[in-house]
Amino acid sequence: MSSEYSSSLRRKIDEVVARYPKKGAALLPVLHLVQREVGCISPEEERFVAQVLGLKPMKVREVVTFYTMFLRRPVGKYYLQACSNLSCSLLGAGPLLDYLQQKLGIGIGETTADGRFTLSTVECLGACEQAPCLMVNFDYHGQLDREKIDRILESLE
Amino acid sequence: MDEKVLTRHFGVEGLFRIDVYRGQGGYRAVETALKRMTPAAVLDEVKRASLRGRGGAGFPAGVKWGFVPQNVPKPRYLCVNADEGEPGTFKDRYLMNHNPHLLLEGTIIASYAVGIHAAFIYVRGEYEAVALRLEGAIAEAYRNGYLGKNILGTGFDLDVAVHRGAGAYICGEETALLESLEGKRGHPRLKPPFPASVGLFQCPTVINNVETLSNIPFIVQNGAGWFLKRGLPKDGGTRIFGVSGMVKKPGIYELPLGTKLRTIIFDHAGGMKEGKQLKAVIPGGMSAPILTADEIDLPMDFDSLAGAGSMLGSAAVIVIDRETSILDVLKAVAKFYSHESCGQCTPCRIGTAWINKIVKRLARGEGEQDDIDAIVRLATNIKGKTLCPLGDAAALPILSICQKFRRELEGYLPHA
Ligand SMILES: Cc1cc2nc3c(=O)[nH]c(=O)nc-3n(C[C@H](O)[C@H](O)[C@H](O)COP(=O)(O)O)c2cc1C
Ligand code: SF4
Ligand code: FES
Repeated sequence: MSSEYSSSLRRKIDEVVARYPKKGAALLPVLHLVQREVGCISPEEERFVAQVLGLKPMKVREVVTFYTMFLRRPVGKYYLQACSNLSCSLLGAGPLLDYLQQKLGIGIGETTADGRFTLSTVECLGACEQAPCLMVNFDYHGQLDREKIDRILESLE
Repeated sequence: MDEKVLTRHFGVEGLFRIDVYRGQGGYRAVETALKRMTPAAVLDEVKRASLRGRGGAGFPAGVKWGFVPQNVPKPRYLCVNADEGEPGTFKDRYLMNHNPHLLLEGTIIASYAVGIHAAFIYVRGEYEAVALRLEGAIAEAYRNGYLGKNILGTGFDLDVAVHRGAGAYICGEETALLESLEGKRGHPRLKPPFPASVGLFQCPTVINNVETLSNIPFIVQNGAGWFLKRGLPKDGGTRIFGVSGMVKKPGIYELPLGTKLRTIIFDHAGGMKEGKQLKAVIPGGMSAPILTADEIDLPMDFDSLAGAGSMLGSAAVIVIDRETSILDVLKAVAKFYSHESCGQCTPCRIGTAWINKIVKRLARGEGEQDDIDAIVRLATNIKGKTLCPLGDAAALPILSICQKFRRELEGYLPHA
């Protein structure tokens, strides 16, 4: 329940809310903060955020389901998002995605049994000059090939 | 003449820190504008500079600022569009990472010119590192008296905050951005009313791209005449071209507006990768209609590209080689727009989804005889019939691919 959220989270939320002339406008940044602490936005987090910002839980759900970065279920410790847009595809993103799936033994949208990795695809990450690229949590990795993918995954294990 | 303006000091170590930035002449334009110019004089200079918006549509910044009513009792807002979602585009990331204070300086001057006291920088959610860099720069600017109350003792107040998006291309569209900033789904609003009169929290609002605002300090400091000399008479200044795809040296290249596409690809970006030949170019981000290899002698400015049936958009140049099948290009375009349609209007929601389905089955070798015509029909029914410009942004590149590469696409039909 909401009493379980840390006081540092509550403090950060107050700081963020103060930047906006209307409380509800802080919804996206507050969801980012909560997701960072909890790992995802489940119905319980939706209720907490709604209560803090004085919104109906349904309003929060509407927003959570619209934006792809808000996760409704937990993901693995490392969330790999491979760009599948044009500039990356031109430079081999497709075969690299196959390689990742094979190497991790999971499909797109799945998590490894040990809970370490979740794989998904993403539209252009705004790093096309480094194509093909991949985001691991919030870290960008570019100019990927098989060896580089091996190295990145090893560094995470 | 050194052509570079915005990226000129990118090589300077630690440019993102305020002391280094000031050492390069930074924040002098804020002094000039706030201490020696009236807001009207700043506005006039920006108008005369023919600075056209760098976010996509190319609307003159000074004219947009001039639309904001000054006689209403409501607050006015500035929203900096740093959503950078247009596939192929990454220039704003460079500007904010290397030179965040330049953007802040532009933001302060624009706010002064329009009488704004609160600005939000809407950064795409994936750019967490960029958001942190901006927040660091904002904190420095507050500490040094460039933000907050009574800036430089001039009596002018301005607060700036970073607002992070959460993964939705449509939030780059200006009215969707406003909705998102208000804590809602990114559903574009019907226009008119335009944001200049009814924008954020129903108040008059200016929305400008990062690169647009980063030009402002130079216009104030050096004058409109100086700025115009760096570009064209109706299109002042330089442009940061982001080149990606099958070139030897992908990256950003700041060049005068009107530079030929051929020069950008072959002189600056190093030409095609070893053994690859040019097939086609998307000249202004994924929303821009495609150009064939025969069309690359075009000057890269808003009017020339519009004249050729394409658009300069975000100046993101995506270079496609002959070995890449045009169906793969079409597949990427169709998938993107069906994923990003916000779903508010039927032609866009249903049309992009159907096109994506048809392209996917063509790619699986399960196409039907009528498929290319069906794609053209669907795209034609989206064009001009939607609430926001995403509809056209989907339809136009798809139509251009079907028209210019029809023969190749027909090769994917059954029994062809
Ligand atoms: C679907 C769509 C996405 C857009 N994405 C962006 C974007 O990521 N960044 C941007 O600056 N402008 C984007 N725009 C353009 C904005 O709507 C708006 O024209 C621009 O921010 C105005 O700033 P400017 O005049 O300085 O270019 C987009 C437009 C559409 C229709
Ligand atoms: S055109 Fe597409 S993206 Fe724009 S409002 Fe309509 S459905 Fe949404
Ligand atoms: S296409 Fe992959 S980052 Fe832009």
